[in-house]
Amino acid sequence: MKEVVYISGVPSAGPDLPMLLGQVARGDQEAFGSVYDAVCGPVLGLVRSVLRDPAQSEEVAQEVLTEVWRTAARYRPERGGVMNWVLTLAHRRAVDRVRSAQASADREHKAALLDRTPAFDQVTEQVEARLEREQVRRCLRTLTELQRQSVTLAYYQGLTYREVAELLTVPLGTVKTRLRDGLIRLRDCLGVST
Amino acid sequence: MNAELHTLTGAYALHALSDDEREEFERHLGDCEACTQEVRELTATAARLGLAVSVTPPPEMKAAALRRISTVRQEPPVAPAPARPVAARFRGRRMARFALAACMAVTAGSAGVAVWQHQSADDAQQQARAAQQQSEQLAGVLAAPDAKATTGQLAGGASGTLVVAHSKNQAVFVASSMPKPPSGKVYQLWFNDAGTMRSAGLMDPSQTTEAVLLSGPVDKASGMGITVEPSGGSPAPTSAPLALMNFATA
Repeated sequence: MKEVVYISGVPSAGPDLPMLLGQVARGDQEAFGSVYDAVCGPVLGLVRSVLRDPAQSEEVAQEVLTEVWRTAARYRPERGGVMNWVLTLAHRRAVDRVRSAQASADREHKAALLDRTPAFDQVTEQVEARLEREQVRRCLRTLTELQRQSVTLAYYQGLTYREVAELLTVPLGTVKTRLRDGLIRLRDCLGVST
Repeated sequence: MNAELHTLTGAYALHALSDDEREEFERHLGDCEACTQEVRELTATAARLGLAVSVTPPPEMKAAALRRISTVRQEPPVAPAPARPVAARFRGRRMARFALAACMAVTAGSAGVAVWQHQSADDAQQQARAAQQQSEQLAGVLAAPDAKATTGQLAGGASGTLVVAHSKNQAVFVASSMPKPPSGKVYQLWFNDAGTMRSAGLMDPSQTTEAVLLSGPVDKASGMGITVEPSGGSPAPTSAPLALMNFATA
């Protein structure tokens, strides 16, 4: 049997998030609390991975959670899971913040960016989170070095593909295709379907 | 389909385009169904990368979030389409059976088969402790240096990942989007000991996505099977397996 891992979309163990989000859309603050419990850890972890600064990360995570509350009615279950929707919002916001604050002065040195690895080692007691981490790490190892670097620099560091190309000194077209090929390989390895 | 623009699906899903490029690509998406589908899949893939760096948020964040939303006006729905529970998608859809590569030889009535049951501790604290202990064992299997995974697909988008750690003599089964079992039935897991099925516990019938620590030692088992059994489980399988999965060997 092929040694692939996991399953369709972002796993949704525990609470029925689409149902809860439907309640949130109707103004149910208690339901929001349950959605918060499910998504806050991933949101904060992702934002922190892009922004690094803990205080700023918390602020942006709060903005994301408020956006979830504000726009809950816009969520379309047929387009994917709730976690997927929320994490897409979170990544977008984190990236916007990084780019607007990119008075490049406070941007780290290139070498430091390359050395940065995703914060896979942070402690979490949640079994689900640990499982997810193991699976993503395993699947990242199936990528070529250039695919892996391109994808992780773009996603976890919030770089544009132009910045990735510059950092890795490879042509723009190469980075574009590596980002796509790398994600496709990850998609197949993780068994993502929509 | 514009081949040049199409290669931007990955960069778009990772938010790695400049604002101008993103706008141009979004215009293109409006005319390209294939790109839209690919973007959807790659965005879902990217979200998995996000889920993998989850942290435990500081406890005070929650009160702050709840305070904050209480002053924020919500946007009205675009269309009156309330979110439907995930499980509803599977309602009324028959779950196709796995095509079995081989027939499973079942030895009925083998001695010493224990049916694992949910611990019905009346003391909530004890229950919580048991759950915690199970979580720790489960996490221990997943984090074991020799943990190996295999994945099987079931119809209807359901799938399962089987993780074995021989160093711990334990295995974990992670089910995703399983259809609910018929009323009065449960999914029962079995170790496959050279064709003899040894009960490895029941899945919680109310969960469609669940990680379960297989009950009992792996020992010489070559893999795992799943059957549908009457509530409470059976000492030996009474129906054809929905799935048979081998433990990863390499």
